Amino acid sequence: MSNRTEENKSSNQGIRTHEIVKAGLHRRRAAEIRFKAYGFICIVAGLGFLMALFGNIIAHAWSAFEQTYVALDVTFDESVLDPEGKHDAANLASADYPALTKRSLAAMFPEVKDRLEKRSLNALLSSGAAYELRRVLAKDPALLGKTERIWLPVDDDVDMLVKGQIDRDIGEGDRRMKDYQIAWIDKLIASGRVEKRFNKQFFTSGDSREPEMAGIWGALMGSLFTLIVTGALSLPIGIASAIYLEEFAPRNRWTDIIEVNINNLAAVPSIVFGLLGLAVFINFFGLPRSSPLVGGLVLTLMTLPVIIIAARSALKSVPPSIREAALGIGASQMQTVFHHVLPLAMPGMLTGAIIGMARALGESAPLLMIGMVAFIVDVPGSLTDPSTVLPVQIYLWADSSERGFVERTSAAILVLLAFLITMNGLAVYLRKHYERRW
Amino acid sequence: MRHPENIPTSASFSRDHIQTVGNIFVKDARIECRSVDVFYGEKHAIQDVSLDVGRNEVIALIGPSGCGKSTFLRCLNRMNDTIPGCRVSGEIKLDGQDIYAEGLDVVPLRAQVGMVFQKPNPFPKSIFENVAYGPRIHGLASNKLELEEIVEKSLRRAGLWEEVKDYLRHPGTGLSGGQQQRLCIARTIAVNPEVILMDEPCSALDPIATAKIEQLMDDLREHYTIAIVTHSMQQAARVSQRTAYFHLGKLIEVGETAQIFTDPRHQLTEDYITGRFG
Repeated sequence: MSNRTEENKSSNQGIRTHEIVKAGLHRRRAAEIRFKAYGFICIVAGLGFLMALFGNIIAHAWSAFEQTYVALDVTFDESVLDPEGKHDAANLASADYPALTKRSLAAMFPEVKDRLEKRSLNALLSSGAAYELRRVLAKDPALLGKTERIWLPVDDDVDMLVKGQIDRDIGEGDRRMKDYQIAWIDKLIASGRVEKRFNKQFFTSGDSREPEMAGIWGALMGSLFTLIVTGALSLPIGIASAIYLEEFAPRNRWTDIIEVNINNLAAVPSIVFGLLGLAVFINFFGLPRSSPLVGGLVLTLMTLPVIIIAARSALKSVPPSIREAALGIGASQMQTVFHHVLPLAMPGMLTGAIIGMARALGESAPLLMIGMVAFIVDVPGSLTDPSTVLPVQIYLWADSSERGFVERTSAAILVLLAFLITMNGLAVYLRKHYERRW
Repeated sequence: MRHPENIPTSASFSRDHIQTVGNIFVKDARIECRSVDVFYGEKHAIQDVSLDVGRNEVIALIGPSGCGKSTFLRCLNRMNDTIPGCRVSGEIKLDGQDIYAEGLDVVPLRAQVGMVFQKPNPFPKSIFENVAYGPRIHGLASNKLELEEIVEKSLRRAGLWEEVKDYLRHPGTGLSGGQQQRLCIARTIAVNPEVILMDEPCSALDPIATAKIEQLMDDLREHYTIAIVTHSMQQAARVSQRTAYFHLGKLIEVGETAQIFTDPRHQLTEDYITGRFG
């Protein structure tokens, strides 16, 4: 009997619990749905912003991949290029090529007599047109004395006009092109001598004061050299430190202090590392300023803490049972780490390394301090050549007043992003490769 | 330490009796432990334990959770070294050699004293690599053929060969729980140790897999000394010749398995075996 009342009691309680749960169920479900909705909205908003950003950059950058060229009938006149008849390469290299383009233009527009007008006629062509002629002649010396139709780059203002980025309808005083200049261009267009071509210059040359001559290649090589130095130093040092600290170092006050310091270093503003680099690498060790070597060293200091922290947490996340298994059959500490722990921690370490290197690629502040912000025309050929890097190049172009640099800034951003995506893609591939080996 | 042998009734030692009951010594012991104390930081996990482990015997270590039996087991191949803050004092001798002697390398010790863990922990590599790893790092095989022989022999002894012989290149982690544990045993015996420590090897396994592993232990006893920690008293009774009962870090009672389970002499042992707690 007493047993039965107890049973009733407990089953009563069971019903009550059930009812209470049921009553609260609606609230719980609503909370869950709300939370899901917030998350979804956040993702959509994030994607929206990203699309807007990319859309804007691509829209601006698109036109930079094309450059306007004009076809001129150039006579490689021996009396201009080689008045002494020496026929040697050195002589031809320093000849007066601008005179050739001036002659061709004058032949095409005989009505232009005024000195000032003549000057603005010649200004339609890029200052790089003369170099282009020199290149063409060097490639084919047989052209000397002949007349040839050659496509030459136009000045950035003309380029902007052809691309529709200079408004023809506003007053002459408010734009960079005179009315008669526009008339000459229209005449050239009407005769089919103006064409937009792929902007090879942008991908093959270094910086320039003239937008149509400026290219991203110098900055790209600078970034590449800098990253090579950063990667070659920070990856082995960072991963070795992480392995030592995590697997071999005794746990005592010293290692605690080191750990705290590494965590603090990860939070130091990057420009401070730039100052450090200036003081130590350039002033004390006397390394060449503006060089990828110094840039790479500075970025190594900056990325090391990030890589060490990520690598340590990757090592920590390897289940201890694997370590025990290896130690239990008599593997030494080092064999345990290198045969079993490291392969499992590799994907996590690579992720950390990617984050660190991506940060290094996008960094500009510390590099300003060590002179990588200088105007450098030559494409760097080694680690000690003066150079700049992509983000600094973007900063420099964004700061320039010429209209042609606007689209080139966006194009440079695209190149930087492409570099980043390539790098990350490579790292993701490597990670997948390691993961496949379980 | 030694107690009069002529005690007639069971449970003749009260719960307050703190000295080990029963004969801790065996003739020609493989492992001799004397006054072993283990500390985890401030915690005194094992208190003054002395125990011998004989040759070709299976000794079962039983006791309630947290009584220190696993800790004691891990002392025998110095796996406790990996736990920060763990300190071991006293003397543990393997074949007369103090394994806690200063400057002793743990690598040969662990090759001599293998270990199987509670949770099957195969390496995330192929079945072959799992078994071949130990012989390879110790240089037990001079060529590939020898290595393959060792692997096959070990898998056969672990009773796994027939099930996996066609899948040697498949990942060891893809096997079932019982197969994984037998793979771990194969991995341990591939190094040809003299002593095998097993820390609750069947706690994650179903009865069929458990029966296979118990059968395996019986076969292995011929060549090896086995110390097993188990929560299952039936298992201890089935596989072991001697049993040691631990309670709160102390070794309470040691004796022939049959005697411990039928005629425990310490009140705490009797409480545990009869299920009054634990």
